[in-house]
Amino acid sequence: MRRTKTLGIAAAIVMAAALVGCGESRPQTRAVYVLIDTSGTYSNEISKAQAITNYLLATLQSGDSLGVARIDSASFTEKDIIAKMTFDTRPSRANQQKRAFRVEFERFVKGAGGSAHTDITGGMMQAAEWLSETGAGQKTILIFSDLEEDLREGYIRDFTIDLSEIRVVALNVTKLRSDQIDPREYLVRLGNWQSRVETGGGSWQVVNDLDRLDAILH
Amino acid sequence: MSEASWLGIPEPWGPVVVGLAAMILMYLGRGAAHGALRALSAGVQNLFLLAADAVTSTQGRLVQRNREVLLEMGQEATERLIEREFDRVSSTVEQDLSGYPSLHRELCDQVARINDDYRASSEVPPSPPEWVGAVETVAQIPTNGDPIVGRILKDIHRTIASAQKAAIDEYRKSSKERHRLLSRMLPVWRKLQSELGRVDGTIRGLSERSRVIDQQMENYEQIRSRSDGALRMLSASSVSQFVAAGLVLIIALLGGFVNFHLIALPMSEMVGATSYVGPVKTSDIAALVIILTEVAMGVFLMESLRITRLFPVIGTMDDSMRRRMIWVSLGILFTLACVESSLAYMRDLLAVDREALTASLAGVKHVTPELRWIPSIGQMVMGFMLPFALAFAAIPLESFIQSSRIVLGNVLAALLRASAGLLALLGNLSENLGPVLVHTYDFAIVVPLRIEQMLAHRNGSAREGERHNEAY
Repeated sequence: MRRTKTLGIAAAIVMAAALVGCGESRPQTRAVYVLIDTSGTYSNEISKAQAITNYLLATLQSGDSLGVARIDSASFTEKDIIAKMTFDTRPSRANQQKRAFRVEFERFVKGAGGSAHTDITGGMMQAAEWLSETGAGQKTILIFSDLEEDLREGYIRDFTIDLSEIRVVALNVTKLRSDQIDPREYLVRLGNWQSRVETGGGSWQVVNDLDRLDAILH
Repeated sequence: MSEASWLGIPEPWGPVVVGLAAMILMYLGRGAAHGALRALSAGVQNLFLLAADAVTSTQGRLVQRNREVLLEMGQEATERLIEREFDRVSSTVEQDLSGYPSLHRELCDQVARINDDYRASSEVPPSPPEWVGAVETVAQIPTNGDPIVGRILKDIHRTIASAQKAAIDEYRKSSKERHRLLSRMLPVWRKLQSELGRVDGTIRGLSERSRVIDQQMENYEQIRSRSDGALRMLSASSVSQFVAAGLVLIIALLGGFVNFHLIALPMSEMVGATSYVGPVKTSDIAALVIILTEVAMGVFLMESLRITRLFPVIGTMDDSMRRRMIWVSLGILFTLACVESSLAYMRDLLAVDREALTASLAGVKHVTPELRWIPSIGQMVMGFMLPFALAFAAIPLESFIQSSRIVLGNVLAALLRASAGLLALLGNLSENLGPVLVHTYDFAIVVPLRIEQMLAHRNGSAREGERHNEAY
């Protein structure tokens, strides 16, 4: 009788554990971190970055995370994060959050000023840190920049960044005046970044045609 | 193995030597090999034939089981039909003929009244007063110019005239009374006719029912006698039932699909959109559970109403419990319909909100179209109606389950029959496998066999020559 009771309790615990286990959420969510270059050469492209952010707001679903930060002279800081949000599991609340996000980003666009230097590496490190904190299943960094890093004197950035399980997508990589003289500079620049990203365990992609935004998240 | 030697024999003689050795070995063991090959062939043949027998036997049992199931189901269905017809007869008798004694009494009363009225209305000619004959005789007496007699006769004439007038008045009065009585008879006649018409209709209905019962009883007798005709009839009926029920179930599934999409999005508002069970969203599962609960309630409702008989326990409940169950399942169904209706409304709100957000993100001013309320109301009505529509899926579901037993049984029996035929064919082929293998074996050792044949031929010729010489 006692044995039967014990077996019954054990079966109940197993069933309850199975049910609770079934209810746990799987890491199906996505997290996207957008880095926007605000240096003098690139600040004119910010309206395109706004279009990308709006597209992401329309595409991301409940439970997904979105962060937007600027790249300035020293980007490895939370102060450069313009807005960050993990959307609520309820669709109606998520829509409200998206509206608030949009308002915040518009405020940044109106008051955006150019920075003297471009610390892309610091921004990517900050992005990687935030993305790993979200615990999302699919992590993406979108870099909206010409990828020309211009560090302040004394800043050290020539080391490997940990980008494991992160996809890095370079968007609208504009060609500099010097690239017109020698296009190999542009290719070398892209190649260097690809190498840095892949060395850090991430994957690299370049999307210059902004009419194909659906390729960003897939 | 080196390139220079093969099993220690220098190239290229190695394979030749081994081949020759094998051939010699095969030649020497020819008798045993032939026996083994024939035994193998016989064994394989027996195996296939045994398997074919086993499959045929299983198929036979399955066919017998299908037959039993078909007849049992047919018998049950016919019993239900007969029972229903008897119920109808019973209710007809209870409703229409239960008042037959009072009706009979009423008819008798009406007939008696008509009879009385008829008697009362019979025309009786007014009898002339008895003294009229005496007066006529007196009136024929000649007056001979006597004024007194003339006056008397005039009085008599006046008296007679007044008597005649009184008689005519009396006659008219009685005629009027007769007409009144006859006109009073008219509605009674009509009522009588209507009552008799009603009774005639009831009797005709009963007669019709009795014909249907006779027909069903005939079918029942055929099924009971396990006749082939009944079996064919039931088999055809079950196939058509399977197809029809399958089609209706597909329609119900499509309805369920529409219903699912109506409530899946708002369910994510209730249980969250990021929780998963395996690869499926928890909100989708919740929506599915609601729909399946509606179907289950529909099944219970139909069972309680005794329209379907999937659960005999429900059908055999006492009437009060069954009625309670009807109300409970109907109540749950109604509640779920209300929930679905509100979820459909919420879905509409979410869709509008999402449209507005997308428009604002695209930099377009969101304009709510006129008559936006029509699809909203439509979704709510659909959300309310679909659960009740799905509840009726229990009826085709029962037919599908019952008919699929027969149809799938028949399909399985056909497959078994085909398998048995194939196994028998393989058995027959393996019977010929033995000689084929023996000949193939002999072909491999054709050289020593040929030498043996030549030697035997030569020996035979030498022996014949010796015999020939001895004869000389």
